[in-house]
Order: sequence, then C-alpha cells, then structure tokens
Amino acid sequence: MTLLIGALSLGLILSFLALGVLISFRIFRFPDITVDGSLPLGAAIAAVLLARGVEPTLATAAAFCGGLLAGSITGVLHTKFKIHGLLAGILVMTALYSVNLNIMGRSNVPLTSEVTLANYAERAGAAILGGVSDLNLLGWEVSVRDAFVFVSILVAVSVAGLILYLFFRTNLGTAMRATGENDQMIRALGVNVEHMMVFGLAFSNGLIALAGSLLAQYQGFADVQMGIGMIVLGLASVIIGEALVGSGSLGLSIAGAVMGSMLFRLLVAIALTWGLDPNDLKLITALFVFLALVAPNFLSRLGKRPALGEESRAAAR
Amino acid sequence: MLETRSLSKTFNPQTTNEVRALNGVELAVEEGSWVVVVGTNGSGKSSLLNAIAGTFLVDAGEIFLDGQDLTSKAEHERARFIGRVFQNPFSGTAADMSIAENFSLAARRGMRRGLGWALGSELKQALRERVRRLNLGLEDRLGNSIGSLSGGQRQALTLLMATWVRPKLLLLDEHTAALDPKSADQVIRLTEEIVLQDKLTTLMVTHSMQQAASLGDRLVMMHRGRIIHDLRGAEKRRARVNDLLARFEEVRCREQLDETAAEMLRRAYV
Repeated sequence: MTLLIGALSLGLILSFLALGVLISFRIFRFPDITVDGSLPLGAAIAAVLLARGVEPTLATAAAFCGGLLAGSITGVLHTKFKIHGLLAGILVMTALYSVNLNIMGRSNVPLTSEVTLANYAERAGAAILGGVSDLNLLGWEVSVRDAFVFVSILVAVSVAGLILYLFFRTNLGTAMRATGENDQMIRALGVNVEHMMVFGLAFSNGLIALAGSLLAQYQGFADVQMGIGMIVLGLASVIIGEALVGSGSLGLSIAGAVMGSMLFRLLVAIALTWGLDPNDLKLITALFVFLALVAPNFLSRLGKRPALGEESRAAAR
Repeated sequence: MLETRSLSKTFNPQTTNEVRALNGVELAVEEGSWVVVVGTNGSGKSSLLNAIAGTFLVDAGEIFLDGQDLTSKAEHERARFIGRVFQNPFSGTAADMSIAENFSLAARRGMRRGLGWALGSELKQALRERVRRLNLGLEDRLGNSIGSLSGGQRQALTLLMATWVRPKLLLLDEHTAALDPKSADQVIRLTEEIVLQDKLTTLMVTHSMQQAASLGDRLVMMHRGRIIHDLRGAEKRRARVNDLLARFEEVRCREQLDETAAEMLRRAYV
C-alpha cells in the first residue's frame, strides 16, 4: 500500500513534467530537450533555498521562476538567433548542467532536516487527525504523512490542470495553440509568433522546474543527475495518456497527461515488485511507450479483423 | 488607399537561383477599388501580394496603406489592416481547432489578446448568424474541427474570417485555384457578395481569365516583375476573355523575339 501511494504520489508530482511536455511538444510542436536541465534546475534552486531556511512556498515559487528563465532562453535562441529547436534545447540543457552544479555547490544536496512542503502536508495531517501516525484504509496501513502528501499533490495538480484548461480557452491561450498548429495563419491574424513561442517555452519549463522542486522535497534530496532522461519520461506520460483518452480536446489532453504519468509510475512500481532489475528500467520504459503508441491502432484493427476472416472463408468456398 | 512605389525584390541574389520577382512595381489603388491581377508564371503576382502583406521585406521601394508607411513593418503588425486568403485551403485555418475557435482568432485580428474568454456568447451568436447565411449547413457544426470540412467550405470560412474585422485591404491570392469548379464558383460568388457589399479595397490574383474578365473594376497584367497593362473603367468592362488571352500571346511572342534576337546578336558580335 505504501508502494502504491508512493507510486501515485510520484506520478502526480511528475505530472507537472508531463503537462510541461504537453505544452511544448503537443501544443507548440517543439521538441524541447531543455527539460533534462530545467527539472534539476528547479530541484537545485529549491534545495539550496530550503537549506538556507527559506520558507518552502517561496522556495518552490523561485524554482518555478528559474524554469521560466531557462525556457525563455531556449525560446530566444530559437526565435531571435534562428537556431534549430532541438539544438537550442540541447544548448540550454548542457549549460544548465554546470549552472545547477554551481547553484548546489556540489552534486547532491540532502533535504532531510529542512522544512519542506512535505512537512507542511504532514503537519496538516497531524492537525486534522490529531496526532495519529497511521491510518487504516480498507484494512491497509497507510502513514498519515504519505496520505496527506498524496492528497495535497492531488489538489495541487487538479488546480494546475484547471488553470491550464481555462488559460488555453482565453484569447491569448487560443492564439498560442494556433501558433503551434499554423504559424502562417496566425501571423496573418496579427499574432507575434516569436513572442508566443518564448512565452510558451518559458511556461512549459516553469512547470517542469516546479516538478523538479516538488520531487526534491518529496524524495529528500536534489541531485545534479536527476534530470537525465526526464524528457523521455515526460513524453512517455503524454503518449500513454493519449492512448488512454485520445487527443481530441484540450481538457482530455490535460487529464490524459496526468493519468499517463500516474499510470506509468504504477506500471514501473508493479514491474519492480515483480523483480524487475532496476538496470532494465529504461528498456521497460521504451517498451511501455512503444506499446502505448501502437496499441490504439492495433486494437481498432483487431475489431475489424473477424469480419475480414469470414469474408475470405466465404470466398474460398 | 494603397500605393506602392518602385517595389523591387530579388530572391537568392548573386546565386544561380537568382529571381527578380519584383522589378520596380508602381501601383496606386483607390479606396473601394477591386483590382484583378493576372500575369504569366513567375511574373511576380504572388510576390506583389506577399510584399504588401509583409511576408518578406522589399529590397527597394515603399508601400503606403491609407497614408501609413508599411515598408519596414513586420507581417503581424501589418495584419491589423490587411485580410488575406491564401491559395492553399489549409493555410488559412487551424485544422485541429474548431470552426468557432478559428473565428475567435480572426475576430481579434490586430487587437491585443489577453485573458478574455475566447468563445463568448456574443461571438458565437454573431458567428452562427453569419455562417447560416452561407447556406452550407455549417451553423450547427461550429464545434467541429475545421479539418473535417472540404476545401471549398474552408476557403469560404477563411474568406469570412479575413473580413470579419473590416480590413483596409483584402488580398486574395488565387484563392479558388485549388478548388473544384463548383466550389470555386461558390467561393467567387461569396467573394463578390462580401467585397461589393462592404466596398472593400481588394487585390485579387487569379489564373482564371474568366474571373479576370468578369470581376473587379480594374485589371493589372504583370510580366517579369513589372506591370505591363493596366485596364480601368470602360476599357476593363469591355475586356473579354479572348482579349486578355490575345494580350498574353502578344507578351509571349514579344518575349521570344527579344530573347532569340539577343542571343543571335550576342553570338554574332560578342
């Protein structure tokens, strides 16, 4: 049960990553590698500030702003300097590795004794349930800390998802969606495409840095290597989400990204419980994404196949 | 309303692909005038429209719209005053977004886009009414994605979108060229209705001699980046498809004579 709650909590934290990738990859059609650098950037900023005793909400907000800055740099490199999107992301990601090291001062910053948002959740739980340390949920033991951390992240993600949904239905948000789809059209309608791109990438990386800061506070440390392969995780969540709910409407895409992130962590947790070697984790990730990509097509074709079989048998007679 | 002075543009200068698209184009269009632009392939018709819209900046010359100098303004800045319909039905719409959302974008052409709700009830109501008048049955399908419509329907909607906010200048770049004859006809009739009703200043490029002869109050023929014929008033009204074709032939023959003569002279004397 702890494993389940842990996997779901992690899935929810990383759904900020999925939402960020949804914005850059699906809405802006921009393959943004900055992710691998902006996630640890968020973690680094939050960890260093928390170690100095800064209030957790402020530290997390600062991490978000760090992501905004990183994303804008990628955006400017692409729009002003006409650098290919993929390359711009790689440049910033590479630079951020050193930046993160400099921020942290070393490669790993522990957060065991500092006050973090996780502590806030724990205190809320203590205040509401009055000092009980374990809950009994349907016969399973769940610590109050775990339960309240889960609930608070769930609330945070729901609020964020709602804000995103509302934002992309405003004039500015609709223009941003159109920028990714048909920039020729939107230019002819008076939208400054360059500004849209920079804004979108900034926002996307802000969310990803937020994911990094929450992750650091959840797992109790920030590590300079924690960003490696995060773009893949983000893409996997988005793609699994699309396999689940389709990519028809904006609301579905947002919900799908969150669900995809949670489902993915759940599958990984299950695989690990069944004795999967952690070394094989990346291989399993690739396998899951592959299945998520082909499953929708395969299933729809499977639905039509029995009819075809009968026809050919009838023709053969 | 529109004035271009000595517009020149060369693509890929100093290379083997060098193309002198515009070679000193002088054009003055009065307000409310509907100018049809025809020309041989590569004559600079589309380049003229693109230069005016700001898709690229010209090498030399000036562009004035309603007294305002647009020559160095970016495309999205000019979009405030200019409505465009492209040849490709896919270029003027966002396929994955709904018809209503596409119009919400068009309705704010040239305006600041903030956090206001894109699909307000006022807009949806006005949209339903306007689309109903098209008689295409689309007024109940405004939530459908625009990608599900046929080319003709998309061009009709793009035309509505380009004129939703009244433009000072409407640029139509062979907007029926990619459509089947029936759809093309419907779009032309819609074009006539909108342009004549709102008295829009219009520049329309077309390949169709039929359209050139029957539409607009002025005809401009381009060749090699220059305007070579400019028919107005009675002369334009008198022009028939045969007359226009004859002028085209004349240009081609003159062209061939010039080139072969020059070649001969070069070989003989240089």
